[in-house]
Amino acid sequence: MAVQMKTKVVLLACGSFNPITNMHMRMFELARDYLKDTGRYIVVKGIISPVGDGYKKKGLIENCHRLEMARLASESSEWISVDDWESQQPVWVETAKVLRHHHAGLISSGDSDNNDLDTVRCGKRRKMEQNRNICQIDFSFNTKGDTPQLKLLCGADVLESFAVPNLWKPEDIEEILGRYGVVCITRCGSDAEKFISESDVLSRHRKNIHVVQEWVTNDISATHVRCAIRKGHSVRYLLPDPVVRYIQDHSLYKESEQKNADDILAPLQRYTSTNYRYTQNCSDPFASFFSVAFGILKKSSYLFSAQCIVLNIMPGKFLIRL
Amino acid sequence: MASQEKTKLVLLACGSFNPITNMHLRMFELARDHLEDTGRYRVVKGIISPVGDSYKKKGLIEACHRLEMARLATENSDWITVNDWESQQSEWVETARVVRHHHAELISSENINDDVDTVRCGKRRKLEQNKNICQSSSYINTETDTPHLKLLCGADVLESFGVPNLWKSEDIEEIVGQYGVACITRCGSDAEKFINQSDVLYKHRKNIHVVREWVTNEISATHVRRALRRGQSVRYLLPDPVVRYIQDHSLYSSESEQKNADVILAPLQRYTSTN
Repeated sequence: MAVQMKTKVVLLACGSFNPITNMHMRMFELARDYLKDTGRYIVVKGIISPVGDGYKKKGLIENCHRLEMARLASESSEWISVDDWESQQPVWVETAKVLRHHHAGLISSGDSDNNDLDTVRCGKRRKMEQNRNICQIDFSFNTKGDTPQLKLLCGADVLESFAVPNLWKPEDIEEILGRYGVVCITRCGSDAEKFISESDVLSRHRKNIHVVQEWVTNDISATHVRCAIRKGHSVRYLLPDPVVRYIQDHSLYKESEQKNADDILAPLQRYTSTNYRYTQNCSDPFASFFSVAFGILKKSSYLFSAQCIVLNIMPGKFLIRL
Repeated sequence: MASQEKTKLVLLACGSFNPITNMHLRMFELARDHLEDTGRYRVVKGIISPVGDSYKKKGLIEACHRLEMARLATENSDWITVNDWESQQSEWVETARVVRHHHAELISSENINDDVDTVRCGKRRKLEQNKNICQSSSYINTETDTPHLKLLCGADVLESFGVPNLWKSEDIEEIVGQYGVACITRCGSDAEKFINQSDVLYKHRKNIHVVREWVTNEISATHVRRALRRGQSVRYLLPDPVVRYIQDHSLYSSESEQKNADVILAPLQRYTSTN
């Protein structure tokens, strides 16, 4: 059998990870399997990029904790790692900028060492030898020696949030879809496809959007996890064990849900104060779409992206808050 | 706060565990939280009892593997254990009999020692480091009588009581009447409606604890087996040691899924051939 040339891919997931759950980790596994099954790609790395505190999402605890929990969750993974660049920035950073940063990083590391197919850090790989079995990394195919492609990994709710006014800059959406591409995990029955076909910008970049059907309903909502912790209930087997232990050792999430309760989400603050005016015109198809979408998005538990979905809308004011 | 007298409980889960998943383990945690929240109970032990091979369910792999996976899944839990009595029996054993057996065991071990916490000492020492995770509260006074045994299951099991020839009616009566059931349901399920519509369940409704699952976490073992057949990842759906075990032993292929394909399920065979 002739060896096929496959494109190397790195998956980047942005989000609150407040806290990270088994479902977040599943997304990576699902996306990697899906891309591998196409026969065209080989996923060489996964990056978890927790959002910075400057995002001002309600209930968002300090990024030092969220980073450490993500590290604990991924320590036994051979290919998924955590990056703190986004969270270390002094103000909130748009997702497109995070992608640009990581893409630049891939280009520069590609220049320095391109004999190594696996871009996972060597120290981590040695440590993870025992887990090689679990991770099923496939080194048997030749891959193109150029820079891996970077793709945004997210849930369907993020894709649908592109329609929310003042949450994304149109040029950012264009860049994310056109230049990088998205791998979108949806649960069975979701109308991601329908949403794509009803949106001009998404349709135009259809080939760059990989919709991955999730065959197991595994909605471990971080919001519900935090709620359970406040009640003193167990969250074991919903999060990796080391994360459960960390939360207990540091008494996290007992009283943190009111953090940022009176603040406005960073992207909304930024975009409504510049030219991205939002009009309260309900005949706008996007506006009426998103007020319906809210009903759906409220139930959604895929809260990954930094421009994430809102849970409350104040009637009459259309002021989006989390 | 005066220490209240709480009833000690042991939760027993019967099933194929083919393979065990994070959802099975979640059931125990959810049930324990729910029962302890009532203020009336203290859950001291959880028992996983995998069914024997003679159950003849399609795709059921050997009990030795299912037992070992369950052990690996619970090795870091200080209250959930695995018991192989049911799977070691030469013929399929009715659930009511399994419950009876474990109840008898609880009575005889109570007679031997008055140790409040019935988790085996050896395991407890080994798991000191995990005490934090398991949040066992050992400071409340409890009566030293035998713990009550309750069957832990999903709503589908409760609803299966209505399937003809799957259960003996006297067994259903015994399970809900004499022991009790902790039933985990997902949001929107009509467990209460089903209880209402069944005379025997309604009669014993005080013994049926319906536990709402607030997180939709339907990790179906059937789906897991399918993913494994297709070479897909099941990581983070099952505990890591279980994922490793499955790979080391190459379990769950297309061949294994065809096991018992032409055979009738043991209870159906047994109950339709009598009477």
